Amino acid sequence: MTTLLLGAVAYDPKVVTIWEGFRAWLRRSDFDLDFVLYSHYERQVEDLLDGRIDVAWNSPLAWVRARRMAEARGGAVRAVLMRDTDRDLVTAVAVRADSDLQSLADLAGRTIGVGAIDSPQATLLPLSHLRAAGVDLDGPAHVRRFDVGVGLHGDHIGGERDAAAALVAGRLDAACLTDGNLLLFGQEGTLPAGSVRVIGQTPAFDHCNMTAGPRADAALVERFADLLLAMSYADEQVRPLLDLEGLTRWLPGRTEGYAALERAVDESGFYDSEGRIGARGYRP
Amino acid sequence: MTTCDLEDLGLDEGGHLPLSRALAGVPAGTGVAVRGSHPALALHLGAWCRAKGHRLDSTGGVLRVVRGTADGDRWAGAVRAGDAARPAEHAAPAWGLAARGALVEAGGPPLSVDWVDRDLVWADVAPRLYANASAAQWDPATAVDWTARSDVPPDIEDAVVQVMTYLVENEQAALVIPARLLSRLHPHFREVMQLLAVQVADEARHVEVFTRRALLHREALGRSGAGGRASLQTLVGEHDFTMASFLLSVLGEGTFVDLLRFLNLHAPDAVTADVTRLAARDEARHVAFGVAHTAHVAHTDPSFLGTLRAAVERRHSALAQTAGLNQEVFDSLVLLAAGSWAPSAIKRGWAAVQDLQRGMDEGRRRRLAYIGFPDDEAAEISALHTRNFM
Ligand SMILES: [Fe+2]
Ligand SMILES: [Fe+2]
Repeated sequence: MTTLLLGAVAYDPKVVTIWEGFRAWLRRSDFDLDFVLYSHYERQVEDLLDGRIDVAWNSPLAWVRARRMAEARGGAVRAVLMRDTDRDLVTAVAVRADSDLQSLADLAGRTIGVGAIDSPQATLLPLSHLRAAGVDLDGPAHVRRFDVGVGLHGDHIGGERDAAAALVAGRLDAACLTDGNLLLFGQEGTLPAGSVRVIGQTPAFDHCNMTAGPRADAALVERFADLLLAMSYADEQVRPLLDLEGLTRWLPGRTEGYAALERAVDESGFYDSEGRIGARGYRP
Repeated sequence: MTTCDLEDLGLDEGGHLPLSRALAGVPAGTGVAVRGSHPALALHLGAWCRAKGHRLDSTGGVLRVVRGTADGDRWAGAVRAGDAARPAEHAAPAWGLAARGALVEAGGPPLSVDWVDRDLVWADVAPRLYANASAAQWDPATAVDWTARSDVPPDIEDAVVQVMTYLVENEQAALVIPARLLSRLHPHFREVMQLLAVQVADEARHVEVFTRRALLHREALGRSGAGGRASLQTLVGEHDFTMASFLLSVLGEGTFVDLLRFLNLHAPDAVTADVTRLAARDEARHVAFGVAHTAHVAHTDPSFLGTLRAAVERRHSALAQTAGLNQEVFDSLVLLAAGSWAPSAIKRGWAAVQDLQRGMDEGRRRRLAYIGFPDDEAAEISALHTRNFM
């Protein structure tokens, strides 16, 4: 039997539990999966393109890079699957409730907190949105990065939490937070109820996907995708794993939700059109 | 369409509660309109619906949450952990630590326990005994007057210290055994679990008060004989629930109640009288459960009487080559009953200890008969009981 080799980034120890669990579950359906864990997304993407792994559980930014590298080499990668929770995220620009700031245009000359240098949702996308709204980020506005877990493409929410705390403490004028973290930080008390106000938000974008490499066995990938799509939240064997991975069901992949990120990557020069790293000071 | 009006309540301050309640009232695939004035309501709803497997539809400026299937799916395979009012015949390890009668989500680790069958651990009197046990707890610091005046002669004090030393070692066995049983019992049999837990706490107090009495006027404890410890070791090594309960409680603690009453009667000072009286009261409860449980098992399976008898015989032959009760303890009992070294007093003391042993034998036979043994067999089994009393 052929083994499908999957790459995943170990942004948290639970990643081992998740993929060990999925691996055992798939084996019961006679499907052989093995996995390789990476400490950051860049090497995972490079290995995917070099054919060392068949599929990669990719961040949206890793997807953008994989697509660029594949096309530069005359091949293609494919977004096979995503979680239901990967669709239609929104990032909010929050200010303190008592702030004089009313709209994104008011941010000129102010200090804006973002996530890690490589966070699509908390840095690249919201900054691109601010640029589009006419905020001159190269001018007087000052962007302050909260670099936690660099290389993990924002999977580590520590940067956003630090930014939220700095906003409440008055060290920032605004902070860029995903809708999920805005709610989470409110519930956990990092953002006391009524302490912040949202003055703008990005259009909806998509998050992770399961990316098939250019040389992966298409039939094998198809069978893998079918099995994952058949996972049911009613199955008590798999439900704890779905809870850990943060989904209630797998959905087919789609790539429309990455258009804004492609633009953001171009604007910031994070990668060039062939997927070479261009971000200054980025050391995953 | 159902409407949920959150007014100014945010989802970051409990707004998901009324919303979940409204969603619970509609089938999956159906929408609930959400109204509210919290400024981040739409953002919060988007994030919340995504995480919970619901869908947010905001077409036409109306926020509508379409119920997904995840919340229902989670409880699809859930079962009740039996009936809250009474223990089930078999407790499923898959119920884990869930409260008896709780709705248990499928999945999660099964409990690693040995006793999952009601009739192997149960007695109908367990709930009532537990209630009595809770009500009868006493505080060693206040239940005993540790400052009571004492004019016990040195020789008699030596005897008290030796007996206390022996009691402590027996109490420690009586603590360890139910503690071990407890860890292997399915908590579904809640009243038995609770009763054993209180029994362990009782023994902890007994260890304390007997140690404290021993050291009340002395720096050092008495002696611990190898034979006595060998006897206790055979109890600790008993792995079957009912067998352990039978050997420890019906035979051992039952015999001990007589011993404690004897010590109470012949106590040379108020503290000794107090600690033996208090411990005997607790022990009577331990015996009551052991007898009721063993009778319950013998009632559901009369052939079990043969197994119990075999256990006593096995223990007897394992201990045949040991001394049993150590001589110092036996002599101390005689001396305590005598109250002095005068030969006439010793004669009285000796007779009292003979009476004690006869009384212990009668008590064992009575309990064995209650469990279901014919009188002649009860007498034979009682005679095989360890010379160490416990
Ligand atoms: Fe005791
Ligand atoms: Fe006891």
